[in-house]
Amino acid sequence: MEFVEKVPNDYRHHIAERSEIIELRAKHKTLATYKYNPTIIDKGYNHRSLYISVGGTFDTYDQAMLVTRHEGESGVIIGEKAVTEFMKEKFVGGKGFDLYHLWNSVNANTKWNAPENNVVISPGPLCGITQYPGAGKSIVCAISPLTGLPFDSNVGGFFGPFFKFAGFDTLELQGIADEEVIIFIDGNNHMVTVETAPDIALDSHILCEQLHEMFSDSAEDKQNISVVASGRAAEHSYVGCLNFSFWDKRRNCVRIKQAGRGGMGTVFRHKNIKAVVVRFRGLHGGLNNPVNKGMINAAGIRLHNEMALYDTKQNNMRKIGTANIIEVMDRYDLLPTHNYRYGAHPETPKIASKVFIEKYVTQNVPDGCWYGCSMSCAKAADNFELRTGAYKGSKVCVDGPEYENAGGLGSNVGCFDPHWILEANFYCDTYGIDTISHGTMTAFAQECYQRGLINLDDTEGLDMRWGNGFTLNELMHQMVAGDGFGVIVGKGVRQQKRIFAERFGKPSAEFERMLSGRAWQSLEEPTIGKAIPTAHFNKHLIDCEFLKSEGYDDEKVLGDIKGTMLENGGANNDSAFIAQPKRWEKIEAIPMISRDEIPDWPTGKPYYSTDPDCAYTNGRPWIKMTPEQVAEMEDFGMENKGLEYSEYLMKESLAQQGGYALCNKGPQHDEAWLIFMDMVNNQIPTFEDKAEALHYFPMFRTWFGLLGLCKLPWNDVTPINNKYEKEPAKIPEHVQNYFDIYEGVTGIKHDEASMVLQSERVYTFQRIFILRMGSGQRKHDIPPGRSLGPITVSEYLSREERYDKQLKDIIGVNPEGKTPEEKMKITMDYRWDQFRQLVDAVYKRRGWTPNGIPKLEKLIEIEMDIPCLVDVIRPHLKAEGYWPSGVDYEKYDA
Amino acid sequence: MKKLQTNPEKCTGCGICENVCAKTWHKDESKEKSAIRIKAKETGGYDIAVCDQCGDCRAMCSMMSLMTDKKTGVVRLDKKTCVGCLICVAECLRGYMFYHDELSVPFKCIACGICVKSCPSGAISIIE
Repeated sequence: MEFVEKVPNDYRHHIAERSEIIELRAKHKTLATYKYNPTIIDKGYNHRSLYISVGGTFDTYDQAMLVTRHEGESGVIIGEKAVTEFMKEKFVGGKGFDLYHLWNSVNANTKWNAPENNVVISPGPLCGITQYPGAGKSIVCAISPLTGLPFDSNVGGFFGPFFKFAGFDTLELQGIADEEVIIFIDGNNHMVTVETAPDIALDSHILCEQLHEMFSDSAEDKQNISVVASGRAAEHSYVGCLNFSFWDKRRNCVRIKQAGRGGMGTVFRHKNIKAVVVRFRGLHGGLNNPVNKGMINAAGIRLHNEMALYDTKQNNMRKIGTANIIEVMDRYDLLPTHNYRYGAHPETPKIASKVFIEKYVTQNVPDGCWYGCSMSCAKAADNFELRTGAYKGSKVCVDGPEYENAGGLGSNVGCFDPHWILEANFYCDTYGIDTISHGTMTAFAQECYQRGLINLDDTEGLDMRWGNGFTLNELMHQMVAGDGFGVIVGKGVRQQKRIFAERFGKPSAEFERMLSGRAWQSLEEPTIGKAIPTAHFNKHLIDCEFLKSEGYDDEKVLGDIKGTMLENGGANNDSAFIAQPKRWEKIEAIPMISRDEIPDWPTGKPYYSTDPDCAYTNGRPWIKMTPEQVAEMEDFGMENKGLEYSEYLMKESLAQQGGYALCNKGPQHDEAWLIFMDMVNNQIPTFEDKAEALHYFPMFRTWFGLLGLCKLPWNDVTPINNKYEKEPAKIPEHVQNYFDIYEGVTGIKHDEASMVLQSERVYTFQRIFILRMGSGQRKHDIPPGRSLGPITVSEYLSREERYDKQLKDIIGVNPEGKTPEEKMKITMDYRWDQFRQLVDAVYKRRGWTPNGIPKLEKLIEIEMDIPCLVDVIRPHLKAEGYWPSGVDYEKYDA
Repeated sequence: MKKLQTNPEKCTGCGICENVCAKTWHKDESKEKSAIRIKAKETGGYDIAVCDQCGDCRAMCSMMSLMTDKKTGVVRLDKKTCVGCLICVAECLRGYMFYHDELSVPFKCIACGICVKSCPSGAISIIE
């Protein structure tokens, strides 16, 4: 790698001079100061956690466990709790500790915006070692606004290690502050302060710069600070992310990594917390006080060596990070395109990794998100000039693109322009939005628009056709403003389905006229495979200087939009939607969230339909759409449990369909990514094989979250002899590395059985937690139809050869003489049946009932038969006939 | 550029340079703490592994603890800022960057020349 001493840039023109930053701090009013005793970490644990309530009154069992308690002004409470041997044994750390505290904080009816909801952040016991790649992770948990369920999100940046070395294993943030506050944890002077922060910024890239300046003594000292923050759009959406910062010495600027999924940033901002800042000086490689440093060193060197030797041959993580797989996914028909309709697109070469390497992403700079990461995948595009929004014209550092951003903000929304992907990537981060959800929920709205389920009136003028990079960014600018169609989109796919059904559902008269009676659906298909006309811009964006500079004016843009629509009229490929009565039952299961929960509802339209012509009300007179339209949205709205799918096409891998839909938190691939094992290498052919994979891999991957580790160094670069291993998909040599570093830090010998046991305890606990919160049964694990296969004729026809072959070879039906509609129905019926059998097999393997409830016998086996957990499962087990009648179980009987 | 020049043909494998280096820098004669390593070749004779100041190790150091001294051209490790991640040990594909479990940071030859003075056979020398 070529040596680059400094990356030239001038980013700090965003923020004021140092003297002004110091003046800003002077305006802060301290609400509470808490001095704590220094501690020495013992084998990875501090054995205590930090609790902060920023204000408000609420019932919570959580506070009863405080060992020390200090009350400040405005209802702020700061205190410490002990980390007990019970916690270490059952919950290990990281995500386990988070969920444990969250369980004690909330009750079965707690909603995401309740004051008792708790943003819990834990580094794990291995977090902070510097010798092994990917050991700087924190895990954030809270009740998610998207799912209403406990959610966990894994994030890099320096916060976790610094917070741990400051003296704590877990940070809890409860309550709701009266005014905007920041929390400062001084890890060297052992002091925690909560102070008002009226004037500092909200958008992360500026806020983090300000705080790194404000809490450092010198330029070098910025390295010792890390900030947790969100952004303005998190306040008006359910998909807010949390940014965890670190100082990049070579760029001389702040970088941010995201706890993206699940709306953790939304909860954080709802508490009126602007930021949590930690400062720790004196970092070195032995702060965890490991039992055997030699074991950690040896494992670290082994992996560092593989990275140095094989990365360029295997993955190019150092050049482009996870985005190296964009073209690979396209090649295997796995790159989600146009709301997961397809897995490839002719324009993918425009956003291939090579383009980002050559044109945007700075090369030859160490880009680890914590020290010791020789994989170095946290890439960044420097001196990137923005075209839209509040920072238009600024040159910024974009953290990315990661693969998911290119998939979500690129192919899935039909945008094959690297600039727009990076611009959306930047704004997602600084405004505090999850890039994955933003991609998937935008793609959903786009498909609704292009099927005619919603129209230009409903979107308030936003042209939602595929490939409109302007719209992609404008939606976010609207989320910041708290106004416009973007606010609806920002509520996520599940809420969009509800809102669209209740409010929209009729093509406007204006567009009926414009299209001269042509079908709405016809707008979509002709754009596939063709270059998207450059004039797809929104009518209310026309005052944008960029457009003017390109020679556009109002008349021309509107004319182009109309012209394109007319040109594209013709074959109506999507009219053949097949209504599935069984799917309609699922609609009924969607929890209807009351209006009160959407306080920032955009005004101007009646919420309830007063339209006497609204015929299809299904007992809910405010539903404007027909049951068929609602069922249609259910089929292509890519969410499960309320969370948007992440960016892999899973249609041809049954195991991955399960990996997504059976994921505790919702469809995120961090539990299992089995597509290659299943679809490409055919290593898990039977239901039992798939179920075993859907047991082992979620357990193994849960373990990363318990310990404070990153998954990527496990399998993105592999040992050269891995293919000769008995179970190559497990990467046995790297798994052994993890056992070594675990033993090195804690002194406890570890193997596969003990690792799976640790994970199984927390995983099963999370499932029961979800059950406690009103989900976690079989009906909640049902995916949208599109995740299983083709649900439109155009999808079927696009891969007709493949599907026909499957009909013949696998299903045993002769496709000849059948219409595409008939063939699609047979295919989908077969696939729904396959999915049902998979779920049966996985539940069985995990020790759950056919309804997805963990059995009491399983809890006893993994020593988690804790009365409060048994209380939750007992009524379900009794109803299903799985409550054991033996005398041994009397102790649980109320 | 100042660096240690090796002449392996003259090396007798006595290992005095290793002891001297370790003692000078780590107050310990253990050869595992030496920044110069002598290894017998299977075909006879010896290899001398010692840094030639090429600077490849610098690129992956996110703390910028490994920097080239502008005056001498020697690559030096700043022990105050190094966090001991050991990436540089693997980055030096020729194996001239070393670590020891008892030490918190890795180490390398900085062409101090002490070993040159102690070498009885003239197998190593300093060139500028």
